[in-house]
Amino acid sequence: MSSSSNEEVTSYSPGWSNVDVNKMLAPATTQASIKLSIQSVNAWFGKKHAVKNVSLDVKENSVTAFIGPSGCGKTTLLRCINRMHEMTPNARSDGKVILDGFDIYDKSTDSAMIKRRIGMVFQKPNPFPTMSIHDNVAAGLKLNGVRDKKLIRDVVEQSLVSAALWEEVKNDLDKPGMGLSGGQQQRLCLARALAMQPEILLMDEPTSALDPIASSKIEELVQQLKEHLTIIIVTHNMQQAARVSEYTAFMYLGELIEYDQTKDIFKNPHKELTEKYISGRFG
Amino acid sequence: MGKKDKLSGEKSRNASSDYRQIFHEVSLKHASRRRITDKIISILAIVCVIGAIIPLGSILLEVIKNGAAVISIQFLTQPPGSIGSDSGGIGPAIQGTLITVGLASLIGAPIGILSGIYLSEFAPTGSGKGVKERAISFFANTIRLFNDVLTGLPSIVIGIVGYVTIVLAINSFSVWAGAFALSIIMIPIISRVTEETLKLVPNSLREAGYSLGISKSKITLFIVLKYAKDGVLTGVILAVARIAGETAPLIMTILGTSLFFTGLTGPVDALPLKIWRLASQPYESAHAFGWGAALVLILIILILSASIRIIAHGKGIRVRTGTI
Repeated sequence: MSSSSNEEVTSYSPGWSNVDVNKMLAPATTQASIKLSIQSVNAWFGKKHAVKNVSLDVKENSVTAFIGPSGCGKTTLLRCINRMHEMTPNARSDGKVILDGFDIYDKSTDSAMIKRRIGMVFQKPNPFPTMSIHDNVAAGLKLNGVRDKKLIRDVVEQSLVSAALWEEVKNDLDKPGMGLSGGQQQRLCLARALAMQPEILLMDEPTSALDPIASSKIEELVQQLKEHLTIIIVTHNMQQAARVSEYTAFMYLGELIEYDQTKDIFKNPHKELTEKYISGRFG
Repeated sequence: MGKKDKLSGEKSRNASSDYRQIFHEVSLKHASRRRITDKIISILAIVCVIGAIIPLGSILLEVIKNGAAVISIQFLTQPPGSIGSDSGGIGPAIQGTLITVGLASLIGAPIGILSGIYLSEFAPTGSGKGVKERAISFFANTIRLFNDVLTGLPSIVIGIVGYVTIVLAINSFSVWAGAFALSIIMIPIISRVTEETLKLVPNSLREAGYSLGISKSKITLFIVLKYAKDGVLTGVILAVARIAGETAPLIMTILGTSLFFTGLTGPVDALPLKIWRLASQPYESAHAFGWGAALVLILIILILSASIRIIAHGKGIRVRTGTI
């Protein structure tokens, strides 16, 4: 990453007035300050109560894993964090999610603005099929009004480097995004999310559709990215959670059963249910 | 033949192999009959296909045979001569068709596409319990119902509508009235096709767009519509080809003249109308001209479809064959 791209990235801050871009690009802080505070969040699909009164605090520059058996509500909780949950028909939620001291569910908040600050990577890679690799990464910028072509190209390069995809595609930026392999497509989606310079990155089972080699690449990236971002990753793979995260939240049937440092959850769980899940007795 | 304890060891194995034996024998007995039935149905299917193609093929052959003889530069560009003579041509009719169909498409395609976008993206069926959502849902379902009904509306009725609204209003048969009537035919077709095509776009694309904080209208235009452009364009081509051949709506709206285009508020001729009038005359030369005009109309529709496909191919859109 050249230093010139740092300066240019700063210059497009107007729409991203709450983001301190230079702080974002600086090395990790050693303080464990709270980046995101989830307070008494409930979520419903019609009558089904999918997330029951969950509260937890996510530390800045950390990787937090949400684990639990299928249907426990971890993905729903994740989607409540960037207000994607309410876009599903018949879905609603309540509670507070405080980002940097500011409730994103406040009535005055623009939901699209939140999504620019909190990025998301989905389970199945979903690059835009009608766009080239370059346009895919630039999509968030272009469609949000950024016009400066040089700036866009620099951000695209920076994002692809951060997603460890640049070397593989730097000569093929105009080729269609769909022509890449599954693992590359997922890294492309990661680059696309990173291009928005989010403060928090939500990852919904990002490696479940990938082969083991591609999966480990993504896990490596998560470790590198946490220096600049706060990452929350939903995974049904316990070993992945153990490898990748500092904090783990175990959910079951919509409730938060236990939330602690990863090493404690796996070595010394407090709740019996957690212990049963960790040791594979159900799930 | 232990039916009660089917699953218990040796008894069940015997039962199972007995059943197998029976099925095998039955199957052998019917094998030859099965093969014959298979062959008969295959032949029947092929015969039906040929039967379906014959009328189409024979019409095309007739038109080409009878029409080709009459085609000439004069035929294509000159106004008609006096009734019954074989001088002159159908120039005004060709021009009129191109203008009327063109104007109708300019009106009908955007309205149809935008309507389809609304129905698919902004008012999907079902869902939502709130009063506002229910109202939007009701409104959208009404539009869908109207689309379905209007596609089946007899085109003569649409012609009358055009007459009553535009012709009487500006007191003259006009291109506007014809284009208006034709666009009424186009809009429900394009709207329906657009809606169905957009619904086929996977939702994961929209989600990806939302997660980047992009507004709904931009997602719809630059991501969803871009993905579905093949299907939408195919729908537009189908609608254009359909209206190019409609005669009834034109009878009461553009009148048909032997003059070239004089203005959008004046009458104009069109090929389907011309064909009908020529066929109704008792003169041989008129009939010959009629065949020529029919050939020209078919060719125009063919050229129109082909050129849209070529342009689209150049832009990387693949137009699909057949209906959606």
